[in-house]
Amino acid sequence: MKTIEDLKRLREQVQSDTRLRYTTGTKIIIGMGTCGIAAGAREVMSAVLDEIAKRHLQDVTVTQTGCIGMCEKEVLLDVVRPGEDRITYGKVTPELVPQIIAEHVVNGRILEELVVGKFSE
Amino acid sequence: MRELSLQVLDLVRNSIEAGATQVALAITEDFTADRLTIEIRDNGRGMNSEECRRALDPFVTSNQTRKAGVGLGLPLVDMYTRQCGGCLSLESSPGKGTTVKAVYQHSHLDRPPLGSMTETVKAIIIGNPKLDFRYSHTVGQRTFCVTTYELTGILGDIPLTHPDVLIWITDYLSGHFNYLYGGGPGENH
Ligand code: FES
Repeated sequence: MKTIEDLKRLREQVQSDTRLRYTTGTKIIIGMGTCGIAAGAREVMSAVLDEIAKRHLQDVTVTQTGCIGMCEKEVLLDVVRPGEDRITYGKVTPELVPQIIAEHVVNGRILEELVVGKFSE
Repeated sequence: MRELSLQVLDLVRNSIEAGATQVALAITEDFTADRLTIEIRDNGRGMNSEECRRALDPFVTSNQTRKAGVGLGLPLVDMYTRQCGGCLSLESSPGKGTTVKAVYQHSHLDRPPLGSMTETVKAIIIGNPKLDFRYSHTVGQRTFCVTTYELTGILGDIPLTHPDVLIWITDYLSGHFNYLYGGGPGENH
């Protein structure tokens, strides 16, 4: 079983590892109001975290937000790449997550057909 | 939302929306008393008795009390606890934070399953790295406790979303949940 000691060792390793693979500085924000959670926001978040781990993406932050007032479009997931518009995807399922990460987060190509909103930050 | 771990996620979100910087979540599964207790204590802005009453009313919650940081989760949890031979108590006062305590009969046939606490705790810790979050879970004689503070303290400037850290957190949490339910020995018992 993984222990706190393992985390301490991990910190040493990460600190000595200077090979950053992707430095995207991208933010991913997931709507976790009541209906977001009911619609599967937690599973979407898990899928995002799995994908970050699998692709070894560094410097991506994942945060939660509460009710955004678009219940019928839940699960809502926003991607904000540095210096670009904030893109809101709607009706996101865990199955769509790998595609969003590969296309948008890594390659900067917005998946237009899933977009429900665009905001300039 | 027929899974207690999802309801918990929703209640913790309430606390954060209510401005809490500290949230302590404690789950106790007491087989002797046949009771499952979920307690969420926060230091958010709190509610007066009128707001508490409204927070439990499913027909008003969706609008007005949203400002006080109350989603639809509370009336839902209230309903489930009562269906399962338990009750919900809400203790709150303005400026002093809120404590929500949901008690269920552990063996009750209609009690929603706990579901994946690994996923819920992971979502809370990673999605709110600035929140001083404390989680403790007791099953019979076994206890597991983790705090965001402890993890970020070790990690320093390495983010919780670092890929290797994510893998560690997943293994750490699922390993300890196994331990709680009878798996091998944990480290903080
Ligand atoms: S909780 Fe989903 S939009 Fe409000």
